[in-house]
Amino acid sequence: MPQLKCKDLSLGYDGIEIIGGLSFEIEKGDYLCIIGENGSGKTTLMKTILGLKQQLSGTVEFGDGLKRSAVGYLPQQTDAQKDFPASVWEIVLSGCLNKMGARPFYSKKEKQLALENIERMRLTKLKKRCYRELSGGQQQRVLLARALCATKDILLLDEPVAGLDPKVTAEMYALIDELNKKDKTTIIMISHDIRAALKYADKILHIGDTVFFGTKEEYLSDSSLGFGKEGAV
Amino acid sequence: MTELLDKIALYLSYPFVQYALIVGVLISLCSSLLGVTLVLKRFSFIGDGLSHVAFGAIAIATVLKLTNDMPLVLAITIICAVLLLRTGQNTKIKGDASIAMISVGALAVGYLLMNIFGSSGNLSGDVCSTLFGSTSILTLSQLEVWLCIILSVVVAAVFIIFYNRIFAVTFDESFAEATGVRSKLYNLLIAVVIAVIIVLAMNLVGSLLISALVIFPALSAMRVFKSFKSVTVCSAVLSVACSLTGIMLSVACETPVGATIVAVDIVIFFVFMIIGKLSSKSVR
Ligand SMILES: Nc1ncnc2c1ncn2[C@@H]1O[C@H](COP(=O)(O)OP(=O)(O)OP(=O)(O)O)[C@@H](O)[C@H]1O
Ligand SMILES: [Mg+2]
Repeated sequence: MPQLKCKDLSLGYDGIEIIGGLSFEIEKGDYLCIIGENGSGKTTLMKTILGLKQQLSGTVEFGDGLKRSAVGYLPQQTDAQKDFPASVWEIVLSGCLNKMGARPFYSKKEKQLALENIERMRLTKLKKRCYRELSGGQQQRVLLARALCATKDILLLDEPVAGLDPKVTAEMYALIDELNKKDKTTIIMISHDIRAALKYADKILHIGDTVFFGTKEEYLSDSSLGFGKEGAV
Repeated sequence: MTELLDKIALYLSYPFVQYALIVGVLISLCSSLLGVTLVLKRFSFIGDGLSHVAFGAIAIATVLKLTNDMPLVLAITIICAVLLLRTGQNTKIKGDASIAMISVGALAVGYLLMNIFGSSGNLSGDVCSTLFGSTSILTLSQLEVWLCIILSVVVAAVFIIFYNRIFAVTFDESFAEATGVRSKLYNLLIAVVIAVIIVLAMNLVGSLLISALVIFPALSAMRVFKSFKSVTVCSAVLSVACSLTGIMLSVACETPVGATIVAVDIVIFFVFMIIGKLSSKSVR
């Protein structure tokens, strides 16, 4: 049983389809990159997988003991967060909420988990700082630490490196890669950075006028995608 | 100076002043707790809109000649709160526009009803006291005080129990939802609680000034403090302190209660703005 199985998925808003006929499966430990033009429906797909939005038709199934609430999610930034008075610690800790059941307050175990993830994302020095006063790269690391508190199994990242400089981008990719290789965390990442996608990912989902799903090697050899042009990038 | 203190001490011995202080503290505490969430969720205006709805509801109650208008007003306000938060989410009409619509509509209809069916000779006095609270906080009955205490305790308890989830839903609704927090439910909870607070606060400051009670402490605290917890605690403390000062001042100087409280809130806001500017400079 794959960890995530989407079948004949059709996505859209208000009954109008944006993209249809999406079928793919993800196994534990996979690294999937979703690529496609602006507005092709990548974020919509991710929201549907997360259950934030209803699909028009088709099914999304979680398997392999994975619960829908046990996922980590790094959203494409919203501006509501920009002037929010919250410390790094509070934000990372809020990732533990799905472990609490009906309990109202965090226990030692959750605080410990938050601390570990703060260390892991090299945020220890910034723990007490206010989120809105951090740089873009630091903010992304905070959100990643929060996502890690929510799960060890599967991370969905919506353009995690958007707006970061090349050095921080490389660090971010290295962190994500380490999570995938060392902890066997399944990664589903939306990216416009095809070169990085081909470097790190082992499966590619291309959405747009042509839909493609397969391994990186299949993607490279599939001439119908006109990859020859993009390969020059 | 001692004269003023003596005067205040004398007033404090009157039960109606004690009631006013108790109710004032509780209401300002509750309104400030949710104020932070409302400001951050860009719902600052909902207090304004709902208080006008409550005004309209009071007008209806007056027309129906109900002796106890609280249940009706509460019910109508809660329904509108839920509706408003709904429209805020799936936006065909933008959230702020629909709040403005409902708010102005309720105000107009309320005034019209009072005008057409009102029996009291002093219409503008009635309207003015519903809008600005006038002295009704000084004429509270024991029953009203108890009702207020119970509702405030419930509101505060709900806030504390759901504090962590309210934080998550306020900070990032999609993440909270994705990890299994039922954010729609919490939005509903926030809407109901804010409606309760507004109906309570009508007694204190009247429907025009409720927004001030909800927004000012949160905005002041956000100038200086940087974490959600410290902002929440600070705005609660500020709000209570300002209301106490305001009530005492208004009793001592015989000014309108609601307007005095809000004036104190405004002064504190500017003080905190300056503190915020200075402290951010000293960090750099
Ligand atoms: N809330 C919404 N209501 C209606 N249509 C929407 C909504 N959100 C997005 N869309 C439309 O759905 C399409 C896909 O949007 P989506 O955000 O999924 O694109 P994307 O692939 O993530 O793009 P980007 O690379 O810019 O992030 C777009 O055409 C967009 O206009
Ligand atoms: Mg997107």
